[in-house]
Amino acid sequence: MPPADAATIGPGPVRNGRGKRSLAKYGLRGIALGYLLALLLVPVVLIFFKAFDDGIAHAWESVTTPEAIHAFYLTVLIAGIAVPLNTIFGIACALVLVRHKFRGKATLNGLIDLPFAVSPVVIGLSLVLVYGSVDGWFGPWLAEQGIRVIFSVPGMVLATIFVSLPFVVREVTPVLQEIGDDQEQAAATLGANGWQTFWRITLPSIRWGVTYGVVLATARAIGEFGAVAVVSGKIEGKTQTATLLVENQYEHFDVAGAYAAALVLAVMALAVLLAMNLIQRRDGPSSKAPSTIAVGDAAALTSGKEL
Amino acid sequence: MSQGAVATAKAPARPSFRLGLAGPGLTRGLVVAYLSLIVLIPLAAVVSKSFEGGLGSFWDDVTAPQAVAALKLTLIASAVVVAINAVAGTIIAWVLVRDEFPGKRIVNSLIDLPFALPTIVAGITLLALYGDNGVLGLSGVSFTRIGVVMALLFVTLPFVIRSVQPVLIELDRDMEEAAASLGAGPLTTFRRIILPNLTPAILSGIALAFARSIGEFGSLVLISGNIPFKTEVSSVFIFSQIQSDREVTAAAVSVVLLAIALLVLTAIGILSRRSLRHAAR
Repeated sequence: MPPADAATIGPGPVRNGRGKRSLAKYGLRGIALGYLLALLLVPVVLIFFKAFDDGIAHAWESVTTPEAIHAFYLTVLIAGIAVPLNTIFGIACALVLVRHKFRGKATLNGLIDLPFAVSPVVIGLSLVLVYGSVDGWFGPWLAEQGIRVIFSVPGMVLATIFVSLPFVVREVTPVLQEIGDDQEQAAATLGANGWQTFWRITLPSIRWGVTYGVVLATARAIGEFGAVAVVSGKIEGKTQTATLLVENQYEHFDVAGAYAAALVLAVMALAVLLAMNLIQRRDGPSSKAPSTIAVGDAAALTSGKEL
Repeated sequence: MSQGAVATAKAPARPSFRLGLAGPGLTRGLVVAYLSLIVLIPLAAVVSKSFEGGLGSFWDDVTAPQAVAALKLTLIASAVVVAINAVAGTIIAWVLVRDEFPGKRIVNSLIDLPFALPTIVAGITLLALYGDNGVLGLSGVSFTRIGVVMALLFVTLPFVIRSVQPVLIELDRDMEEAAASLGAGPLTTFRRIILPNLTPAILSGIALAFARSIGEFGSLVLISGNIPFKTEVSSVFIFSQIQSDREVTAAAVSVVLLAIALLVLTAIGILSRRSLRHAAR
């Protein structure tokens, strides 16, 4: 939120008496902040207390068991594969959507948002139906080649790619539209080939859009639960990610352990929020003041269809 | 390849930008192939699976009492959540744009927390609050429908706020001042001037929140208790069907969820675009 905005807005005209006006003002502020406090802040602060319910030592032990370390490693590994792939796809797709004219463009643009409209469980199911090694579409053939997708890491990577697919596209598309292609044209006129133009002109101008998309995609990739739960088979120490670990520990009555793992994930989420804020500020308040995941989604799914 | 490039460079019209050495067709092909492999083919598999036993068995699957109860709860809970979001989200967006108070920046950043926080963490957090040994002593909430609504309210919090906020920032204050100078009270001004301008944004916010609600899984799987006919939502129902190897039933209910989400998003998309066009005139 740029502070300049607030300054220009000022207190506004006061016509119905200051008392009544400020009562409404404080009333609304009270409702808004009270709602956020109850729904958002209290639960999150609570994780910190819950995690240390059985003492710091227990919390530390439960996130440093071999299973827990493997779970966090797997989460990072999967995000490390899914996010770069989606970044390359995202940039290419945004370029295709913004710079190319072709039939079916509106359809492609709409299809990009499908992952936002599909339940994570359905995403998991869809992958099982295609890659399941017994009766999936491609599964049996892949199994013959010795590749196991479902109940193993490749399936979890696919699920994570699915859920985090739209973010980079949706952050890069508006930036590409805004910068136009004048500089790219100029570079081409001066003899730069496609790659040179891309690396020297296009990529530097969209880099903050890309970074923002990557942050959002990473947050989603780390946090995914439903889709991964379906395809993983939940094999402890093998296909258990951090989010599955939280659930597993809770179900096995290691409540403090579950909260300790949840705390690690919550801290990651707070780091993501911090990164989002830093990027927005760098990007300049005018272009991206309140733009967030939600607005990305909203633009994508409703108005954004008119490219 | 190079010939194509020369041809484009010589063309009098603005040559279309090419990604790297790949022609536009190749890049486009790769993009479509990636999307197909990851998203489209798997979703097609769900649809195909759901009709495996024919239309009759599809209908039997989605109208089985447990499936209907789950779907009903999902839709009603989502509708309640969306209604609360519409009001609370608009108020919060208003306060964040028009009000000034210390710590506003931080509050504004925290709005996105539900998106950044893994859903299972959200679920376990809500249990800490409302669970059996809950801090608030509200042990009556977990494993009830109220618990489902609370979890959905948490995960969908940012949608309406983030879609209303930019519109409110852009909103021209002249109209409000004109209304006020003509003697309209704050309530009239809000109802007649501000609300109509915000409606498209609120609609698109609640559409997204609704689509998210009907598919939500991670935050519900712990707090709802998953009691069939009572607190079992559709996504959890689908999950339990997958676990017990009833893939056709799972696929059938999935198709229903998918259809509802797409329908809502398309309808609201058309609606808000129409009102945008109306406003522009």
